Amino acid sequence: MTALRQGLKQLGRHPSAVVGIIIIVGLICLAIYAVTTIPYGEAIRLWRGGEGVWDESPRNALPGWVNLLPGTNLPNTLVLSTKNGVSKSVEVLPAGVKAVGVAMPFDYWYDDFPSELALFFEARFDRWKPKVSMFWLTPDRRQIPLGERSLSASERYSISLDPRLRERLRGQLPEVGLFADPTKKTIVLKGRYELVIEALVFEEASDIDAKLVVYGKVKGLAGTDDRRRDLWIALLWGTPIALAFGLLAAVGSTITTLIIAAIGVWYGRWVDAVIQRITEVNAILPGLPILILVGTFYSRSIWVMLGVIVLLGIFSLSIKVYRSIFLQVKEAPYIEAARAYGAGNLRIVFRYMVPKVVPVLVPQFVLLIPSLVFLEAALAILGLGDPVLPTWGKVLNDAFQSGALYKGYYHWVVMPSIFLIVTGLGFAMLGYTLDRIFNPRLRVE
Amino acid sequence: MPPALSRVTKYTLYRAITLFLTVVVGVYLTIVIANMGGHIDKIRIAQIREAVGARLLVDPQVQALPASEIHKRIEQQVNLESQRLGLDKPFMLRSFNYLSDALSLSLGRAEVLTSDSGSRQVRLILVERLPATLLLFATANLLLFFVAIFVGLFLSRRYGSFLDRAVVALAPVSAAPSWFYGIFLILIFAALLKVLPFGGMVSAPPPGPALLYSLSVLKHLILPVSAILIGAIFVTIYSWRTFFLIYSAEDYVEMAKAKGLSSGTIERRYILRPTLPTIITTFSLGIIGIWTGSIILEIVFNWPGVGRLLFQAIGAFDTPVIVGAVVIYAYLLALTVFLLDIAYALVDPRVKVGGEGKP
Repeated sequence: MTALRQGLKQLGRHPSAVVGIIIIVGLICLAIYAVTTIPYGEAIRLWRGGEGVWDESPRNALPGWVNLLPGTNLPNTLVLSTKNGVSKSVEVLPAGVKAVGVAMPFDYWYDDFPSELALFFEARFDRWKPKVSMFWLTPDRRQIPLGERSLSASERYSISLDPRLRERLRGQLPEVGLFADPTKKTIVLKGRYELVIEALVFEEASDIDAKLVVYGKVKGLAGTDDRRRDLWIALLWGTPIALAFGLLAAVGSTITTLIIAAIGVWYGRWVDAVIQRITEVNAILPGLPILILVGTFYSRSIWVMLGVIVLLGIFSLSIKVYRSIFLQVKEAPYIEAARAYGAGNLRIVFRYMVPKVVPVLVPQFVLLIPSLVFLEAALAILGLGDPVLPTWGKVLNDAFQSGALYKGYYHWVVMPSIFLIVTGLGFAMLGYTLDRIFNPRLRVE
Repeated sequence: MPPALSRVTKYTLYRAITLFLTVVVGVYLTIVIANMGGHIDKIRIAQIREAVGARLLVDPQVQALPASEIHKRIEQQVNLESQRLGLDKPFMLRSFNYLSDALSLSLGRAEVLTSDSGSRQVRLILVERLPATLLLFATANLLLFFVAIFVGLFLSRRYGSFLDRAVVALAPVSAAPSWFYGIFLILIFAALLKVLPFGGMVSAPPPGPALLYSLSVLKHLILPVSAILIGAIFVTIYSWRTFFLIYSAEDYVEMAKAKGLSSGTIERRYILRPTLPTIITTFSLGIIGIWTGSIILEIVFNWPGVGRLLFQAIGAFDTPVIVGAVVIYAYLLALTVFLLDIAYALVDPRVKVGGEGKP
């Protein structure tokens, strides 16, 4: 054990190990942050993204930090709602009719057009549906009518998809045409815009609420996907899942492998022979295809996969390495001494033999973790990701399924990849350094 | 027979038998896993029903019967046929029938997927995809093997140089698998620079003349092969350079240097020769990892091999094809290890049957 302690002390002298440790500690902090700020159930609800969860989020938005690049000023999402700051004017007309007026002014100073425009209405009425008419006022005081409609209880008017409005704007997409400089069609006219809604309600208790969402082109730290979900949720929550998966699978398979190698050597004869043969068979079993079978036929749950990975990893080739060390240890005098004082078989295996392989085991263990994290991602890319949990691999899979690389949504692929590679590098840098410290094959004079 | 040849032949036979047994165990496990939900039984019953239906429905006498009568007859025949095939027997007995079917690749008919020639035979579908997988895999691994050996030797000569330290520092890069680098290569060379194709094996429509066709395949090979190389090369070079360094510190190497032998001769005869068995073992272990990774790589690059077939089969829930692909992978893995074992026996004079002389 003192060798272990000395080895760990040496780590500080290797810059790559220090960087690795910093990365791992950072990931652990991020994982704790994720679990404490977004509870498990909330993360799953957000990622499932049912009705209304991501209404105010743009599709395929870039990460917010791209605006830090010089010369980039992409729009953020603007939300104006009568429930939140925008005032309504009510004028009582004869015969129980009321006129409700809503003016939604906002400043638009971005260099690019919004990605989408939508109006959400909520109306309260008994029998007579309220009627609304809408106008768009540009900074140069042009007035563009957006049409009229009668409202049901809850209604979404997607301005971007209105074909008549598009016709009125001479074929320009509404989110472009409404914001474009009338002389130079591809340039945004900056200034104060206003959406005016004039409604007529026909009952005493009847009222309307409206919400305008001007969807931007950037959102959050990681951008969004084609279902408007904020990728940051998946990246953040993917951290504890990836770490837990890698760590548990590595612990599970390493410990079982170790115990089996020790038992084989200690009992010898046919036990050893059987263990050796199983190891050889296991070495050329097609592991990933077997995982695929399990995922397809039984369960895609990440924890079932974890169990199968541990099972397949029990008889891994490390048994051969541990075995050769144990064979030497077995003949050591202190084992004989232990036997002389009457130590039982199990006591000898666990107290005297297992600790001897720790120097080989620790680096291998650290190096195993990133490969398991990538294995989870690989399963997700095959479409065998966990059905509910948001993971990095599932984000990559979604990106591939919707052709993100062809369509140019690079952030969708790059963001989860950054998390994967940083995790992989962190553990690998620490692992390789540990290997060089504990198993110095090259003794340089 | 010269003793060396007889030694290698005996060893080869011994390994062939043990590896075949391994494949048998692997495939048997696959069948047990796949059948736990009764999936193989379902395939078999469906096949029988199809065959019975095809036989009965063309019979004009049967065609004249009312629909319910036809249905009853089909059920009768299906029952008889499943009894004949022993489907009423316990699974433990039947699993051995499945095993022999799977080992001989009589894998039945696909439920959804077809081969390019339109066949539903799982065997034909698999055989059609196999060359693409082998092409990609063999190219990448041969390149990996030779490049890593030469660079490893080169670096062991320049121990401690900038290049050497750079490779040691880059070894952690191999923590990420090849498919991961594939994504980045596509992003850079296909999406941003637009110089190489996104994926596939040949441009569409495929060029007619053989020369243009192979050039097109070569162009499509560049990215996936580079991905495999990036994913594995640094750690391979690193570990082999370390081997070479250990061996070049041996006394007999010092002796050879003292004799004034050229460094080329020393490398070939005194360093490369004794390390070759170790290198081959390491290589064959590494290859197993790459096989598995290549399934995802094929999907990322849209490469029309067995890996992508497996992916399509999962998507279509086509059980016979999934089982078939797993069986093929078991064979491929065993075959790779077998070929490397022969190479091992050829280069290591200590190898005897039973592996007594293994280091």
